[in-house]
Amino acid sequence: MAKYHTFTLFSDFEEAFGALADIRVHKIPGISIDDVTLQSPIEHPEIEEVLGDRPVHVQKFTFFGALFGVTFGFFFLAAAQASFLAQPQGGKPIIPLPSNFVLMYEMLIFFGVWTTVFAFIFLAGLVRKRGPIYSEQVNVDQIAVIIDVDEKNLDALKKLFTKHKALEIREEKLP
Amino acid sequence: MHVNEKDINEQIRWAQINADVLRSMENPRPAYWVAVAVCIAMVSCAVLAEIYQYNTGLGVTNLNNPHMWDMYIATFVFWIGMSHSGTLLSAILHIIHADWRKPIYRFAEAMTTFSLMTAGFFPMIHLGRIWNLYWVLPYVSDRGVWPNFRSPLAWDAFAISTYLSASAVFLFIGMIPDLAICRDNAKGWRKTLYTTLSLGWRGDDRQWRNFRKTYMLLACFLIPLAVSVHSIVSADFAMSIMPGWHVTTFPPYFVAGALYSGCAAIITLFVILRYFFRFEEYMTTAIMEKTCKLTFAIAMVWTYLNLIEFASTWYGHNIYDKEVLIYKATGPYAWIFWTMIFCGSVAPFALAIQKWRRHMPTMFVVSLLLNLGMYFERWMIVAPTLSMAYEPHQFYMMYGSIVQWAIVFGSFGWFGLLFLIFVKIFPSVSMYEVKEMVFHRRRHLDHETAVKFGRRARDAGTPATDTH
Repeated sequence: MAKYHTFTLFSDFEEAFGALADIRVHKIPGISIDDVTLQSPIEHPEIEEVLGDRPVHVQKFTFFGALFGVTFGFFFLAAAQASFLAQPQGGKPIIPLPSNFVLMYEMLIFFGVWTTVFAFIFLAGLVRKRGPIYSEQVNVDQIAVIIDVDEKNLDALKKLFTKHKALEIREEKLP
Repeated sequence: MHVNEKDINEQIRWAQINADVLRSMENPRPAYWVAVAVCIAMVSCAVLAEIYQYNTGLGVTNLNNPHMWDMYIATFVFWIGMSHSGTLLSAILHIIHADWRKPIYRFAEAMTTFSLMTAGFFPMIHLGRIWNLYWVLPYVSDRGVWPNFRSPLAWDAFAISTYLSASAVFLFIGMIPDLAICRDNAKGWRKTLYTTLSLGWRGDDRQWRNFRKTYMLLACFLIPLAVSVHSIVSADFAMSIMPGWHVTTFPPYFVAGALYSGCAAIITLFVILRYFFRFEEYMTTAIMEKTCKLTFAIAMVWTYLNLIEFASTWYGHNIYDKEVLIYKATGPYAWIFWTMIFCGSVAPFALAIQKWRRHMPTMFVVSLLLNLGMYFERWMIVAPTLSMAYEPHQFYMMYGSIVQWAIVFGSFGWFGLLFLIFVKIFPSVSMYEVKEMVFHRRRHLDHETAVKFGRRARDAGTPATDTH
């Protein structure tokens, strides 16, 4: 059966959320709320209430990045300082922990920040080829609901969106 | 406080926000171009002075034993300090959900990045042999020698490069949704630039979820990072045994001073941007008032730490420290010391007067006075100690030569030029965050909600809706 990529624009956030609430209670069989992608101009506070709890994993990368930073920092500095073994240190420790803590702290943050950024780019699906349907109005003041749907459910979905005052419904047949 | 004074007009339409900010990038007032020309002239002075210094040697700066640092390093500390408020305050206010930061945080973060880029020049210029700069990098030389990781100067290199990269990333990540708006409205080279930088942002729920978490994590990293950077800069002095520098309170004193000068710079740039780009709708007097109150509070913290430093020196009875303190207040640099006290501790009381806080030209002048005081503070940290160290044969006072002055003067032009180019190419007001601010405040003022929770009932007369 043919599958369609639908892109529906709403000017009223409440109407869009109303349509999604209907999808959530399975008013259209075969379409789950998990299939829905929402595009909005702001980080909308009700998105999670409507779409459900979708996990974010950036912080795990941050943790391991920071952990790597502090570990690498210690071993890097210690390895460099150990090369002074042959030189007199005037009674000072070869690997001085107090001063190394300062640099380990900086490396913790450095690697934590950069790992977070790369994880964000990867996990948010940035720098990736996107679907062809897009409206610039999403970056102004409208909200878009994107769903891939079977042909048999297409009309029911359109009817639902029209009931919720959709401004525009675009569709494209998926290969 | 004026009754019903709002941080922003909640009824402003979202399309209008986009239009206003995008227009600012195309069509500033003519004064913008005058400012660009002035900055270019200032940078030219510095370039000429640097060429002269490079060809002639560091002697032309008047730097000599015992004054081996002086103005360059004072200016370095000043620019590092200037960088603090932007990112640090933006991160703190983001974490505590103070939404009045939203129209002004973008330019404050840009200020951080460009201040750091300006600060980075001074150790290079001061080196004289600039081609040896790479010696601070943590690599092993051909004789098997590493940089001395015990030295605060090596810590500086680590801390400042980490802070610069993290601040630039924080600025960039926060700008991605706005770059997508620019992409959708731009043509020509701007379209290419914004398409590349927006990284394919479309505002998906997945993108927003990850964005929110990432931005919060970066904010959490940046707060301790910013504090550590200026603490480490203070360690350049405090780790020595020189009188007047070997002070336990130096790290918090430096951090407070940095926040103070950064806040004053935010006020200066606030007034300038508001005028250049006609941002009266976004950079409102209510937000200016909040910024001024914050600056006043920080000014009082700085004043307190100053007094603590003087008192601990006075009652500590270390003769060398005490001599330096007396020398500061009564010696040849006394006029700088007392100007610092006036600009840093007395002038901020202008921020406590509501009528003046609401008058932009007055605040512009006051903010410049505050930063003059903070520049003098850095001079008073560096020069008197070098003039009055332990050995009497080293007692010697000096002022920077015209070459030093030209380079310092040019650094302001360099900072200004970078900043002016930035605000012309990138949105200096965060469009999506202002929309969020408007959205939340409109909800807050929604008639039913206001009645239900009894909050700001005087504003609830006009029911607001979620139409954008």
